[in-house]
Formats: sequence, structure tokens, C-alpha cells
Amino acid sequence: MANHRLQIKDLTVSYHRIPAIHHVNFEAACGNCVALLGPNGAGKTTLLKAIVGLIPPETGSVTFHSSAMRASAADIAYLPQRSTIDWDFPITVRGMVETGCYLRLGLWRFFRKEDQERVDSALETMHLRDLADRQISALSGGQQQRAFLARALAQDAHVFLLDEPFAGLDKSSQESLGQTMRQLAGKENLVIASHHDLKTVPELFDHVLFLNGELIAFGKTEEVFTNANIAGTFDTEIFSGSVHDVAH
Amino acid sequence: MTWLTEPFRHEFMQRALFGCVLIGFTNGCLSAFIVLRRLALMADALSHSLLPGLAIGIILFGLTPSSLFFGALVAALLVALGAELISRSSRVKEDTSLGILYTVAFSLGIVLLSFAKVRIELNHYLFGNILGLANADLWIIFGISSTILPLLVILQRPLLLTLFDSTVAASQGVRVGALSYLLLSMLVLSMISSLQAVGVVLALGLLTAPAATVYLFSDSFPALFWGGGILGMAGSSLGLFISYWLNLPSGACIVLVLGFAFCAAYLFSPRYGVLTKYFRRRHFHEQSLARWNRKIAPPAESPAGQAE
Repeated sequence: MANHRLQIKDLTVSYHRIPAIHHVNFEAACGNCVALLGPNGAGKTTLLKAIVGLIPPETGSVTFHSSAMRASAADIAYLPQRSTIDWDFPITVRGMVETGCYLRLGLWRFFRKEDQERVDSALETMHLRDLADRQISALSGGQQQRAFLARALAQDAHVFLLDEPFAGLDKSSQESLGQTMRQLAGKENLVIASHHDLKTVPELFDHVLFLNGELIAFGKTEEVFTNANIAGTFDTEIFSGSVHDVAH
Repeated sequence: MTWLTEPFRHEFMQRALFGCVLIGFTNGCLSAFIVLRRLALMADALSHSLLPGLAIGIILFGLTPSSLFFGALVAALLVALGAELISRSSRVKEDTSLGILYTVAFSLGIVLLSFAKVRIELNHYLFGNILGLANADLWIIFGISSTILPLLVILQRPLLLTLFDSTVAASQGVRVGALSYLLLSMLVLSMISSLQAVGVVLALGLLTAPAATVYLFSDSFPALFWGGGILGMAGSSLGLFISYWLNLPSGACIVLVLGFAFCAAYLFSPRYGVLTKYFRRRHFHEQSLARWNRKIAPPAESPAGQAE
């Protein structure tokens, strides 16, 4: 399964006939962490939703491992922004992770031993073993993100699309989530996360995708994460100082 | 034991109990979805919109169980789906469009009922009369229950995914839109089934109180679903007995029993009860409390104490 590729070709998505993103082309291989950067309204969430098939594309196509995305729903996991979830929902961490298996099990089939093991190992990987029986609101922000990732693992996904995973996390939770993301990428998964904090990009991501309605630049962080591209994406130079230490 | 068996010498009580068990269980199971999807106000609106359907059914086909059933079904579906259609196709939100449609429908019902040739006891539809259940009514209730319950059980996984997070559900290929229309249709059907028992106004109680009560006890969705069903069934049956013993209106007794259960859970539930939370120790560890006390009032022999 090494080097599965996610291919986006000429992707245009519109709301009420106004294109939110247009003619986006890029190709990313499994084993990478991609930062999705752009100002508010640049179409970051739209791009993620289009990749997972939540919004029908107007032109272009999304393929994974050279098959159409819709056919491979299990390969791809979309993690919504934390603010869209009803955290009082009567479900434990383990119960939520188990819902990741539903796609494979369909309506009827019971949980088998291997499904149970998959759930256990997902909880183990995300260090949630001790918290498995807690109701989901009794987790910290970082733990909630990890619980979502555990669900995606139980789903056996290879592509993880994260919408603002670092929003509202403190420094240490950010670091541990970043570590988890690199771990996932290390196991031949593709992680794409929309992100706001430019300062942390070089330490967290090995690839960067600049988006503002259209694709501005895509490539390895050390090549593409430059002042020119940042300025080109965000229009004004909002970055101060530390970019010179990491990007040239 | 005669006090328990005595009511069942009457055939109308046997029918009423059978109706209560079916209605209570079906509505109780469905209430899990009403509570989690926050459909309570929508359900209230729909229950009122049954009225014009009843009126038109009576005017066109006379006062028979099937004319009432189909009249109510068509009216409620028109209002529910109409409100959904308006909210999806325009910028008006669902609660607003529903508010408009159901008050219009209710008014239409009142106007139409004055044209009905049969003399109609409005109270009968507003507050229900489970002791008057005919065999045809029981068949309708049975048909509705045996449609809704298997559907809910079969579709439990996609429904749970949709309730928890509809975006993720959609990304996994669940047909979220179709499911929500289906849920609405089931809501309407179960409301019609409880029309005879508790009436238009009180139907909402059966559709919210059971799962809301279990919601205060448990963090498990299956518990909410089955527990709601069992509580709805037990509560309706107990309400029926109380109404028989004390000679009180049955619909009101059923809702009062369920309301009492909810209040008890609200106050005393071990996990989420208000009183329980209030009297629980604030600190898990005695040490943390002791440390805090030391901080705000340092012991006399400490250096800080001597410096004062």
C-alpha cells in the first residue's frame, strides 16, 4: 500500500454559482503531512469537503489510488471542526470510536473480535485507553481531537482530512497532536489539515498548500513556505520575524 | 391482588392497556431521536397540524377511524415536508416556516370543523380518550408500531451517525437528507397513533419525557433507545391504572406519571441530577482540599506565618 496517491484534477466547487475554489490541481502521496493555508473564506473547508465528497464538484475529479473518491469512502476520514459537535451526546469515547466500524459492518453485521481489536488498538495508538469509558464531553480539547483520529483509525482510513484541528488547543496539546499527526504520516497515511498559525507550520508539516480561491503554491515546506507565497496568499505581509529563521 | 386484576374484567380496559403498551413503547423509542435531534418543538407544531386533517377527513368520509387516520397523515406530512422544503429552498429557517405553516393549519382546522355535519367533541382530539379505543383504532396503532419499530432498529447505525455528526455521516455515504425525511414521517405516524390515547396537545409528552428521563441517567445510546421505550410503556400503563383507580382523565394521568419520572431524574439522578451534583463533594482528593486550605490560611509555625 506504499505510495497511494491522492489526485485532485481541475477541481472547481461553487455555492450558488459563485466559485469558492476553482481549477485546483495537486497530487499528494501517502506518508506526508500537508498544511492547508489561506485566509478566512479562502475555501479551505470547501476543498476538504469536496475531497471527501460532501459537496459535488462542478468540474474536475478527485481520485485516490486511481479510483474515484466516492467509491472509496472508507479510505478517507473527514474530521469536522470541534465546534460543530454536540458534546452532550450520550456516547462514550469507545462508543464513538466504534462508529468508525459502521461503514464496514453495514446495517446488520455484529461486532466481531477483529473489529473489537481494531477499536482497542486505535484507542491504544491515540493514548485514550484509560479514558475509553468517559463520556465525550469529559475530555480536553486535545483528547477530543485524538478521539476523532481514533475513530478514523478504526475506520481503517488512509487519508485524514482535518478541519482546524489546532483551534483552541494549548501549547502542549498542540505539540502532542502534531506528534500524533507525524506518527500517522509515518505509517503511510496522508494527513491534510487546515491551519491558521503560520509560526508552527515548519515544525508540524512537511508539505504546504497555499489556497486563496485558487491554488497559489504546493510543495515541500522548505521549498514553498516562503515570504513571497505567504504574501501572495494573504495579500498583505502579516507575518513578523520568525519566518526568516525557518524559511528562506 | 383483586385491585390489580379487577380493572381487566372490563373489555375496554383490556383494549386500553394493549393500546398503552404499544403506544408507550413506540413513542418512547422514538423519543430518543426527538431529544437528540432537538425536534421537540417541531413535534409540538406537527401535533397541532393534525387538526385540519381530522376535519377534512370527517367532512369528506364521515367519522371513521380510517378517515381520521388518512386525514391526519396527509395534513401532518404536508406541514412537515412543506416546512422542510421552504427552509431548504429559501433563506427562511425551519422553525419560522414551521411556525407559520402549523398555525395556518390549526386555524384552518378550527374553521373547517365548524362545517362538519357530525357533532364533534373537540376535547376528544385535544386530550384523548384511551378508554374509547375501538378495535379498528387498535389495528391502526398496531400497524404503525410494527412499521416504526423495525425501521428504527434496522436503521440504528446510520441514524446514530447522522444524529451525532451529520457531516461525517454524509462523508461516509449515509443519505442524511433521506433519513431526516424518514424520521419526520415516523414522527407523524407515531403521533397519529397516540392521538386516541393522549390527544393532540399531550402527544408531545409521550414523545419527549421517556428518553429525556433516561438521558439524565445514561451515556449510552442503546440505553436511551430501549430504556425510553420501556419507560414509555411502563409510564403509560401506570398512568392508565391510576386514572382508573382515581377516576381521572387517562391522557393527563399518563403524562403526569412520565413528568414525575422526569422530575425525579432531574433532581436525583446519580450522574446528572441537580441535587446530586449540588451535594457531591467538590474535590475528589482530600489532599487537594487540604493544600488549598493551607494556601489560604498558612499554619502558624510556617515561615510565612512568622513573618507576619
